[in-house]
Amino acid sequence: MEQFLAIFATIVTASTPLLIAALGELVVERSGVLNLGVEGMMVMGAVAGFGVAFATGNPYLGVVASIIAGMLMSLLFGLLTLTLLSNQVATGLAITLLGLGLSALIGESLVGQPIARIPNFHGIDILIVASFALAGLTSWVLFKTRLGLVIRAVGDNHHSAHAMGFKVIAVRYLCVAFGGACAGLAGGYLSLAYTPQWVENMTAGRGWIALALVVFATWLPGRVIIGAYLFGAISILAYTVQTFAWGIPSQWLSSLPYLVTVAALVVISGNRQLMRANTPTCLGQSFVPDR
Amino acid sequence: MKKLMLSAAVVAMALGAASASANAADKFKACWIYLGAIGDFGWTYQHNEGVKQVQAELGDKVETVFVENVAEADSATAIERLARDGCKIIFTTSFGYMEPTLEVAAKYPDVKFEHATGYKTADNVTTYNAKFHQGRYVQGQIAAKMSKTGVAGYIGSFPIPEVVAGINAFMLGAQSVNPDFKVKIVWANTWFDPGKEGDAAKVLFSQGADIIVQHTDSAAPITVAEEQKKLGFGQASDQIKFGPHAQMTATMDNWGPYYVRRVKAAMDGTWKSQQSWDGMAEGTVKMAPITNVPDDVKAMAEKTIADITSGALDPFGGKVTKQDGTVVDKVDDGMILGMNWYVKGIDDKLPQ
Repeated sequence: MEQFLAIFATIVTASTPLLIAALGELVVERSGVLNLGVEGMMVMGAVAGFGVAFATGNPYLGVVASIIAGMLMSLLFGLLTLTLLSNQVATGLAITLLGLGLSALIGESLVGQPIARIPNFHGIDILIVASFALAGLTSWVLFKTRLGLVIRAVGDNHHSAHAMGFKVIAVRYLCVAFGGACAGLAGGYLSLAYTPQWVENMTAGRGWIALALVVFATWLPGRVIIGAYLFGAISILAYTVQTFAWGIPSQWLSSLPYLVTVAALVVISGNRQLMRANTPTCLGQSFVPDR
Repeated sequence: MKKLMLSAAVVAMALGAASASANAADKFKACWIYLGAIGDFGWTYQHNEGVKQVQAELGDKVETVFVENVAEADSATAIERLARDGCKIIFTTSFGYMEPTLEVAAKYPDVKFEHATGYKTADNVTTYNAKFHQGRYVQGQIAAKMSKTGVAGYIGSFPIPEVVAGINAFMLGAQSVNPDFKVKIVWANTWFDPGKEGDAAKVLFSQGADIIVQHTDSAAPITVAEEQKKLGFGQASDQIKFGPHAQMTATMDNWGPYYVRRVKAAMDGTWKSQQSWDGMAEGTVKMAPITNVPDDVKAMAEKTIADITSGALDPFGGKVTKQDGTVVDKVDDGMILGMNWYVKGIDDKLPQ
């Protein structure tokens, strides 16, 4: 039983950063913006959160800092793509590269420093609880409130939304900032709770997995939870199976989470109706008001 | 006019660059390729400490250059760029750089290449490695003394000879204290991913291990050990900061003396292709202070270290029984460098 609980807690901590980052990106994409900079925003959140926690000794202030750092990176993305109308894909990639480089520079003196981590109870910490609340909140706002309706309208047809008098650019800025805050928080989770230390490139590709999970979930928050936990669970169970020494090649086990995610993506994408109903039609398109 | 000024600026810049390179030409350019970031506080960090020592000892005569975060798959481009940029000697510091290093070396016969942890040499390619397994033997002895469950968790990166030899040496050390000692092995299939390494440590602890050993590059496993009040060993550098109550010792890579020696040799023309393999005796492998263990365990470990350093003890000396029961009378260096089998007592299959 204890063994089961320990593995369960490990699965939860492995899934949480993916869940938080993917929820943020989901809202961004629902508003019609494709921000490929998740990895960069995440790693900036990780370094900022760690730095502030190290300087103040308070991990919760670190959490706040990681949210702000992610948000600042996303606002830079917003400025470039929404106001200056640069290409979203290229800009997102640039944000990732910028984040990885800048965080390494900022964090140089933080390497090898220990900090007080976010406290947990049997491996479950407050941010894990918050991630579920965030999923519920995202789902509720998107599908049960007027704000959510506006966000989806902007993402599905920005010209019509504009004609109806909605401020397309302002709504997108709001969503992009929310996405940045989530990515920053996910990064902060890595450096403050998951492995409380700072090392360069510590996100190790999790931002990209979060991006894939949004498509996997067909832009539905509930499915993001399933996707994130499926990925986390398979990763951890693959390690557990290795300790049983059954002789299954470890390379195969390590690639299993990716294989399962790809397989699920293929199955989901095969359902045309579901895809058409949920894919934001204006995803990745710049908006230029015609009058 | 604007155009003219622009071209003048270009000429000035070109001149500036030319004079800069003229200055640089007086210096001997030594270059390094790193797999990770110098801030990994593990493998790459230790190489960079060695490079710092080269710069400190050889001073103005040498210019040291490094490129970090070079993926093994596309390392050939990075190595070739350094060769073109006037590097006289290039150190490539990961096993996966082996083929790219040889490939580029064939194109630049005047440049000297040094590949870490590989086994293929050429006229201008030397391999160098350290006998890390000596440190593993010491760790095995300490683990067997300190473990209550009699099981250690071992996080491997990739099943390459260097890592396999480390696992075997660890078990031989452990068996010298407790013949029934067990090890559970998890391959992370990465050299550096703090999250995955931490996960692997958590899984191993949940499966009954109470000591963690790692052959991956971040300090995440020892951090997990500290948090769960378990014990472990630092990797590549002294990671006591991450596990003040958990780290019992660490095998430290101390590349400085070797790098200084080889760069000097390349400068004065005495450099020759060789297969270098230094250990505790040469100071390339060092152990961090032994902590968090009772005095008798500490005394035992220190005696083992002294014996290995003096040559009185060889972890692979004597007869070694393989997993399949065959007995090897003498494990020679070549066998260790190409090790692809487990010793008896490991209840796991080696991924091939």
